[in-house]
Amino acid sequence: MTDSVSVPIVDPDGAEPLSPARREALFRELARVLPTEGLLHQEEDLRPFECDGLSAYRCLPSLVALPDTVEQVQEVLRICSRRGIAVIARGAGTGLSGGALPRADAVLLSLARFSRILHVDAGNRYARVQPGVRNLAVSEAAKPFGLYYAPDPSSQIACSIGGNVAENAGGVHCLKYGLTVHNILELKVVTVDGELLTIGGLAPDSPGYDLLALLTGSEGMLAVIVEVTVKLLPIPERAQVLLAAFDRIEDAGAAVGAIIAAGVVPGGLEMMDGPAIKAAEDFVHAGYPLDAAAILLCELDGTNEEVSEQVMQVRALLARHGASEVLTAIDADQRQRFWAGRKAAFPAVGRISPDYYCMDGTIPRKELPRVLKRITELSEEYGLAVANVFHAGDGNLHPLILYDANKPGELQRTEEFGGRILELCVDVGGTITGEHGVGMEKINQMCVQFPADELTRFHAIKAAFDPAGLLNPGKAVPTLNRCAEFGAMHVHRGKAAFPDLERY
Amino acid sequence: MHDAANELQEKVRQAHASETPLRIVGGDTKAFYGRAGEGEELSLRDHRDVVSYEPTELVLTARAGTPLAEIELLLRDNGQMLPFEPPHFGGGATIGGTIACGLSGPRRAYAGAARDFVLGTRILTGDGQWLRFGGEVMKNVAGYDVSRLMCGSLGTLGVIGEVSLKVLPAPAAELTLALDLSPAEAMDTASAWAGKPLPISATCHDGERFYVRLSGATTAVTAARRRLGGEVREDDAQLWERVREQRHGFFSGDGPLWRLALPAGTPLLDLAGKWLLEWGGSQRWLRSPCSTTDIRDAAQRNGGHATLFRGGDRTSEVFQPLPAPLDQLQRRLKAQFDPRGILNAGRLYLAW
Repeated sequence: MTDSVSVPIVDPDGAEPLSPARREALFRELARVLPTEGLLHQEEDLRPFECDGLSAYRCLPSLVALPDTVEQVQEVLRICSRRGIAVIARGAGTGLSGGALPRADAVLLSLARFSRILHVDAGNRYARVQPGVRNLAVSEAAKPFGLYYAPDPSSQIACSIGGNVAENAGGVHCLKYGLTVHNILELKVVTVDGELLTIGGLAPDSPGYDLLALLTGSEGMLAVIVEVTVKLLPIPERAQVLLAAFDRIEDAGAAVGAIIAAGVVPGGLEMMDGPAIKAAEDFVHAGYPLDAAAILLCELDGTNEEVSEQVMQVRALLARHGASEVLTAIDADQRQRFWAGRKAAFPAVGRISPDYYCMDGTIPRKELPRVLKRITELSEEYGLAVANVFHAGDGNLHPLILYDANKPGELQRTEEFGGRILELCVDVGGTITGEHGVGMEKINQMCVQFPADELTRFHAIKAAFDPAGLLNPGKAVPTLNRCAEFGAMHVHRGKAAFPDLERY
Repeated sequence: MHDAANELQEKVRQAHASETPLRIVGGDTKAFYGRAGEGEELSLRDHRDVVSYEPTELVLTARAGTPLAEIELLLRDNGQMLPFEPPHFGGGATIGGTIACGLSGPRRAYAGAARDFVLGTRILTGDGQWLRFGGEVMKNVAGYDVSRLMCGSLGTLGVIGEVSLKVLPAPAAELTLALDLSPAEAMDTASAWAGKPLPISATCHDGERFYVRLSGATTAVTAARRRLGGEVREDDAQLWERVREQRHGFFSGDGPLWRLALPAGTPLLDLAGKWLLEWGGSQRWLRSPCSTTDIRDAAQRNGGHATLFRGGDRTSEVFQPLPAPLDQLQRRLKAQFDPRGILNAGRLYLAW
């Protein structure tokens, strides 16, 4: 190995690159266990790995390892452990919180080559897959058997199952079908010292502690996932979408409560406010009513009889709660169109503003009117417009702050505004991140969410798995002396890492 | 409101300082479960009451000592339920004990386990700190999921002081069908049905007949009943309660009762004894003259595990022993929550 990385390296955690001698020695040892094409060291080869979906943060890794086998993953971890080198696992790199952001002193361990579906057991409704398999590919493989994999993050055509587990990915159907943690059965993971462990299993309620739950959403801090067994569900017999328009956003909020109170659990329940409706309608012509203050999209799924019964029930409820208009998708085509507007909300907002900044707070649903009112006040105070899209069923709010990074001071004001929204979410009993993860992006906001004792215990949990702190160091849980400014998801037009991916 | 947080904290701090083992008790209805434990009683009975319940949010938060029956009644009055249908095993069962034991009832295979509905907890660690994890919202990925980790940990990681649970609307209609199938036929049938969008919420073969419960919208239940056939059972609520609470005739007697958890689709095992099958065959109760080793080996060979649920020798391991690396990892984890090993010491595994 003769190259050296010549460009300045930006490491948000301030890590110094490895010394050339140390890097060289590491390279030689890794080269003995990895195929030639499975170990990258030239700058142009490292470049594609410098960021994940949060492209505002970039850093070249020291080396990139692309193992083909579990044994190679074990070897890489053993070597790095012995040498005290940090390892950052990466799936498809579509995450929005910088969870797979490299470090200058670390090996980036890409699981991209683990892309095989190992087994689909239709009779017993599970699939055993490698971590690099794309989320949607699992449902596609299960479809001939009338089955599917329920969690459907918006990036599902590109994001990988391993990353989904690391982030506990959600989607629009969480209220009824749960998050990743509810839809996986077993993990095979490699520990920091190279040991292969099986966590969970096909049988219910594994003995000992529920490590399956602990590892789900652990953001690559505890172990490296090398195999995932997911549950498959029967595809619902029928799905129907209702679209309701409201003149007042409070009425839309009350209607959501009324649907739930009536005993209906919709497959999906989404809300958009006026600015988001206009942006989406201009972009994809979904057929949304432009004069509405808010719209609700309510998807009902289940058996044919159940859906018929619930459509009647929900239509009546919506009308009674002040909906000015209720549309039922007449066919699959219109249903797709209703959803298209919602799914395109982020890029649609990207068209009307040079930049936007997406928050990911979750709030108790009843607090929605208060939170939206306060966001409107803050919007006036900061002189920055906001469009709100909301997973109304499960309380996950995505306010998009519109700004122009080219205007001096505007980014700073936006970040401050975003910070105050997240504080507001915590104040009303919610959380700073519902589904995007903490990663590098919200590391400082964790200090608002958790007191020092809880943060200390999180570090203790990590220490039980990774005493030397080599797995994805500096992410997800802040050190106690790191509680400072806020950050959030930045998408600069044209510079997003995956501009074509749907985001909701 | 009964809030004993300070008293509990004081007791745990003292126990930590003097290295006194504590036996955590709610309603003391599940003392039979887990290994026989020694220690000074730490009662959660005075730390009770529902802290918040908003039916439209589908979330209920209660202190650990709140009787399970009280919570179920409150939910029923609002047309809702705990979807994991937990067993009580006695009149005084508390919500804290229910979550600490992590036990689920007949709906488990179709709606989810106790851990699936845990959203947040407040726990008292072995070194006497009150800590809060998770919350009252459905989606929350900030920090490790410590709340779910508590579920089923038998109090060995922390004293559960408060728990927030996701609740769901109770089904509008429910009925039970009885079919004359052999256990093997019943397992095949349950498996075939589970792959179809049918409103099934429980299955059981008690050695004589196969019972299937349908839950959901009235029209959906009626349609499924026509499709599945069999005979409608009148006293269906009592049937499932008897199975869940182990008051069904199968459970009578004092011999060792084994619970085998197995992957869906596992064939009937060649172990002598009487069987009661639930959860489409994933949970199997066994009364057997076979040795512990034979039972555990059979479970393990099939990718499952066996628990000596009631009776028998409760001084040896009652849960399936863990492979060494997992055992060590979990012990390290326990040490981070309970450094002196005072919380329900030995209740889960002999050496913990």
